[in-house]
Amino acid sequence: MNKIVWPVLVALALSACGTTGTKATVEDRTGGKTGTTSQQAGTETTGVGSGGVAGNAMGGESGDPRKNPASPLYKRSVYFDYDSFVVKDDYRPMLEAHAAYLNSKRDAHVILQGNTDERGSREYNLALGQKRAEAVRKALSVLGVSDSQMEAISYGEEKPRNEGHDEAAYAENRRTDLVYSDEQ
Amino acid sequence: MSVSKLRTLFLFPLLCLLVLAPLSARAAMEIEVIGGAASKIAVAMVPFQAAPGQPSPGLSQIAGDDLNRSGQFRLVDTTGAQQPSAPGQVDYGVWRGKGADAVVIGQVAAQSGGRFEVRFYLLDAVKQTQLAAYSYTLSASQWRATAHQIADVIYAKLTGMPGAFSSRIAYVQKQGRRYELRVADADGQNPRTVVRSNESVISPKFSPDGSRIAYVSFEDKKPIVYVQSLQDGHRRKIAAFKGSNSAPAWSPDGRRLAVVLTRDGASQIYVVNADGSGLTRLTRGGNIDTEPEFSRDGKTLYFTSDRGGSPQIYRMPASGGEARRVTFAGSYNVSPALSPDGRYLAYISREGGRFRVALQELASGQTRVLTDTTRDESPSFAPNGQIVLYATVQGGHGILGTVSLDGKTHARLSESGVDAREPVWGP
Repeated sequence: MNKIVWPVLVALALSACGTTGTKATVEDRTGGKTGTTSQQAGTETTGVGSGGVAGNAMGGESGDPRKNPASPLYKRSVYFDYDSFVVKDDYRPMLEAHAAYLNSKRDAHVILQGNTDERGSREYNLALGQKRAEAVRKALSVLGVSDSQMEAISYGEEKPRNEGHDEAAYAENRRTDLVYSDEQ
Repeated sequence: MSVSKLRTLFLFPLLCLLVLAPLSARAAMEIEVIGGAASKIAVAMVPFQAAPGQPSPGLSQIAGDDLNRSGQFRLVDTTGAQQPSAPGQVDYGVWRGKGADAVVIGQVAAQSGGRFEVRFYLLDAVKQTQLAAYSYTLSASQWRATAHQIADVIYAKLTGMPGAFSSRIAYVQKQGRRYELRVADADGQNPRTVVRSNESVISPKFSPDGSRIAYVSFEDKKPIVYVQSLQDGHRRKIAAFKGSNSAPAWSPDGRRLAVVLTRDGASQIYVVNADGSGLTRLTRGGNIDTEPEFSRDGKTLYFTSDRGGSPQIYRMPASGGEARRVTFAGSYNVSPALSPDGRYLAYISREGGRFRVALQELASGQTRVLTDTTRDESPSFAPNGQIVLYATVQGGHGILGTVSLDGKTHARLSESGVDAREPVWGP
């Protein structure tokens, strides 16, 4: 598995996490291309560009427990069995940590992104992914997280983590990712 | 009843395409006919007398491919036979001898300004009479459109049903990490890109009049439903609520869309006006309800639901109300598509791990599987209801295919080397 060795840091105490850091890396997955190109036959191409993707500064490496591989908050994926929407007990410590983080930081917002493997209808898979996102949302809700701090959405089969076509790849793709809004 | 496999493969001459259409890349179309030709109409498509500088392939070739793809015609080999271009030149004995029921001839003449005049004649080889004669004046850019119109005339005269060769399809092409929503002619040629994105686009649906297209885009990192004008490219979000927004379906009058939202928890069906106003919830429950599809009279909604434990297709009044199950065999039946006359339901059925296009005659409940592939998706009917368009996977790539309602004629529409998916047939 992914074992990244990091020096154990003071931040383990995971107390007040309000430190403001400096450099932050923002993952830009939109490419942010804009503009319109005119096309033949009267049809105009609408360049699809989404909102600016400005770099929001996140907590610094040492101050933000979500960035610390030793913290349960570093874990962001809940994996599911085939055709299942049950959050397994193994994920309880991880979800408890995220719930504690969200409860302690009322301005934090998490997006629960459900995913499926590639088999079957794209729209039905979107609904299945939603069910997986919803299962994690409910688990966090039970742990006291406010609805206003969470949004469950689905990518269905559109964003596979593993693009392979075998059971190992499918297992990696049946999951819900926790993505904080300030990291998106 | 073993199916004798008679494989006929027609490939566009690659050279001609590269010369004619540098914009539409290397496109290849294959038509595969399985089974007997007993009930098919035999047509001799005689190459039209050519004019210097005319586009390639010829009109009779393009129109002949159209007819062949429909599964209702058999093309008579015209090589080595007389090549008449006017009705008076036709030796009917020759064409009857080749088994032709009908003969199509024509001529192309170059006009000033790069325009062409085309005359074509459809002749009944048995009665030795003229069934249709048309002339067109066109620019080179209207070449393929004219060929499709000729195919529509031939189809209508010989089958009594309207042709669908001049209609359009939409699909999503994926190349690397780039997604393009494209609108193309019904034969997959002449594609125009209407949306480009670095995130996925799914579920395109033409408005009933073909002037707008609804689709789901992930560009804002969640699924949002858009309606876009095909005239000027202007678009608006019509469903961007908390959670996921997906599965648009136009009402037959083009004024409303059924959509699937998760703003209240599970995936449920709602109806919204085409400008995004007037949201109404239709289904209520904790299960998945998705992939809505209106009946042609607008009174009934077909949809996919897992309320019975496995995904199956149901129908209910379009104003909401009690749902009735429509599919029963198997544990996975999804993606309902209704034929324009409401007689058939096409959908994707999983059996033994294979996802294939199935067809149910709604009145009798009789069902048959139309394809022999394993990863079919997104079936939709031609405007005349005679062919089903769908996506499948071949050689690791997403491709578009068509299949006749008897399952005997298969054609591949999309280019090789790129992934095409999410096709839908429009007006």
